[in-house]
Amino acid sequence: MLIPAAYALLKIGRVVWMPVDGSLHGPAADRLMWWNLVALCAIAVAGHLWLAFAMLRRKPAKRSVPAMARWVLLAGFCGMYAWMALTAQNLWAETRYEGPLQTAMHVEVVGVQFQWYFRYPGPDATYGVTRPRLVNAAAGNPLGIDPRDANGRDDVVSSVLVLPAGREVELRLRSLDVMHGFFIPGMRLKEDAIPGMTLHVHFTPEKVGTYPILCSQVCGLGHDRMQARLMVVSPADYAAWIAGRERAREAEE
Amino acid sequence: MRRALGKVFTTDHRRLGVMYLLLALAAVAVGTTLSLLMRFHRVWPNAVIPGFGVMKPEDYLALVTMHGTLMVFFVLTVAPQSGFANLVLPGQIGARGMAFPKINATSFWLTLVSFLVLISAAHLTAGGAPISGWTSYPPLSALPAAGPGQGLGMDLWLVSIGIFCVAAWLSALNMLATIVGKRRAGMTWARLPMTVWSWLVASVLTLLAFVVLLAAVGMLFSDRHFGTNFFIPMGDMINGQVVGHGNGSPMLWLQLFWFFGHPEVYIAVLPGMGLATSLFANFSRRRVAGYKMMAGMLVAIGLLGLLVWGHHMFVSGINPYAGTAFAAVTMAIAVPSTAEVIGWLATLWGGGLRLRTPMLFALGFLSFFIAGGLTGPILAQPSLDVYLHNTFFVVAHFHLIMAMAGVFGVFAGVYYWFPLMTGRLMNETLGKVHFWVSLIAAYGTFLPMHFAGLAGEPRHYDRLTGPAMNFTALLPLERGITYSALLLAAAQGIFLWNVFVSARRGRVAGVNPWESTTLEWENGEVPSLIERGPYEYELPQGEGGYHPQWESPVKQE
Repeated sequence: MLIPAAYALLKIGRVVWMPVDGSLHGPAADRLMWWNLVALCAIAVAGHLWLAFAMLRRKPAKRSVPAMARWVLLAGFCGMYAWMALTAQNLWAETRYEGPLQTAMHVEVVGVQFQWYFRYPGPDATYGVTRPRLVNAAAGNPLGIDPRDANGRDDVVSSVLVLPAGREVELRLRSLDVMHGFFIPGMRLKEDAIPGMTLHVHFTPEKVGTYPILCSQVCGLGHDRMQARLMVVSPADYAAWIAGRERAREAEE
Repeated sequence: MRRALGKVFTTDHRRLGVMYLLLALAAVAVGTTLSLLMRFHRVWPNAVIPGFGVMKPEDYLALVTMHGTLMVFFVLTVAPQSGFANLVLPGQIGARGMAFPKINATSFWLTLVSFLVLISAAHLTAGGAPISGWTSYPPLSALPAAGPGQGLGMDLWLVSIGIFCVAAWLSALNMLATIVGKRRAGMTWARLPMTVWSWLVASVLTLLAFVVLLAAVGMLFSDRHFGTNFFIPMGDMINGQVVGHGNGSPMLWLQLFWFFGHPEVYIAVLPGMGLATSLFANFSRRRVAGYKMMAGMLVAIGLLGLLVWGHHMFVSGINPYAGTAFAAVTMAIAVPSTAEVIGWLATLWGGGLRLRTPMLFALGFLSFFIAGGLTGPILAQPSLDVYLHNTFFVVAHFHLIMAMAGVFGVFAGVYYWFPLMTGRLMNETLGKVHFWVSLIAAYGTFLPMHFAGLAGEPRHYDRLTGPAMNFTALLPLERGITYSALLLAAAQGIFLWNVFVSARRGRVAGVNPWESTTLEWENGEVPSLIERGPYEYELPQGEGGYHPQWESPVKQE
């Protein structure tokens, strides 16, 4: 039963695996995932071989497994768990313990049933004040940016997340209504958007391309429709895009 | 009439145990049906389902919510803990009955009321069942306008869970008092069967965890109706209306819910671990390898289980240092779990196993415990969980370790203790067919889900196609899962048939049919002093010899 099962799993694994990674920290995370899966699969198979052996062994053995062997085995597992905890911890600390670089660009991510919005702070590098009662998507102000606040005049709101390749980005996540989960599989990135809180994550997109953004926290009947796109473009293309958005915003005024 | 009423409103713990098991059977039947509807919809999203029409997204989420709630509370908490403990716990410790028989009966009736309220949430309300999943994160669960089913349906859900909390708490109180206070003389801690140890730890966890859930459910209900703002932040909006006027935080719910939610999974799986230990000893005719360590490790799992709830929130805005702390404790819980598995494998190593149906299901439990448990250390690592959190990988993980291991533990218990309920044995051939088909179909259902998770597919998605991401490459895999799930459900027909037929015409069991050592199998008079350990198999004087706990050492000489 094990051999056909393993064969089937391999076949499936070749079709269905993690999507191509486009982030700076992704390769390390993927390597870790791979080693973890290999080690734990091997142990699962070994455990089942042990079980199968015990089931097929008709004549009872005279001697039992010595207590010492059990303790040695347990110590081995403790070593493996410690190794896993430490290697994963290094990566966690690297990506989450410290804030972004001074040079990182800033984008705000806002979740609302059932849509993602992305706000760029504009040339002044400062987000304008938002007020919930000013929220009016039909009037072109889905985030409720206060027009009286000068900092908000140059803010750009987009439904596509456009980022330049190779530059670190600091995201601040908010939600207007219920909890959402901001998930970019291709960037190995996930963080919840929680109403009443502002959460921060930072990462560096490396490879030019388009990556789906999903909602990973059930948020209501449109949960599975709540998707957007991340477009990683060259720095020149990004500069052209953001300049175009700024001009369009000015033209509206 | 009075006699009939007396039979129903009984305080007899054995009868209550059977009633609990029947309640769990009803719940598992409904819960399984809901999961099949979900599986069907995922691969044929546009098919017309009789009685349903074309399923809407909110219908799918309602199914998810009801499936999870029914299975976690009314199957995996009720059957292994309340069901079997009522059936055999007093017997196993030589008690004449439970410590508080009336409280015990009350807790059954409250559980039944809770079940009926939950079912009515789905069928009697205009909006249908709630759609926020069994974890009911606010503000989605706090605001009736947040979605269909979040009105009266959600209220009924909260009432049902509140009642369930009280019932579980009373039941655990009674069980703990029974184990601590009603043991027969000589039934020392070191002579307790491992099942009793597992019920002891699970009872303590229930006492500590369900009060927190009860408080949380009460607070959420109060947010919905009495104008409080425990979980709704300032300025929160729904459909363009500002509804948040206080200063609450959804994070408070996450902390409270998971402080209950994680111990809950141990409440579900610990009794299976205790039973598997007993069955491995019995059907291999050996002592438990390292009894004291095995009992100690059960306690350790319980203690650590109270400290790991934060691993559900690695990406929900807890402090990254707290993430590290919870990751370390979560990894630490793998150690006692591994020690248990090594203990079991050491007991089984020598072979010569009597592969009767209860033993097969206990081995199946072990198989799922290994396969589902090993993905635990992966999810315990925050840097990997960042990718896998809320994907199908997690669904695969907890369905193997909690659902399948839990349910196989329950099956092992039913096959093993069936003679205590009916005086008859269940049919072996049907039992073996039931086991092998279920085992293969369960793996066929839940192993491939790991790959869906690795591909990045989030849970709670009702279809494979979306505006930005397409999981259509998964379609063959998803079809396979659905066929497998259908097979798994169909295999349970064999079980039901076996129960039905064996209860009436099964082989008469006789006294102590499995040659067990624990006291529930003694049908004469239990001696006033217990002088033997729980697993005295493997005797020097010959194969198959054993000393039950009711024997006195003198009688053997």
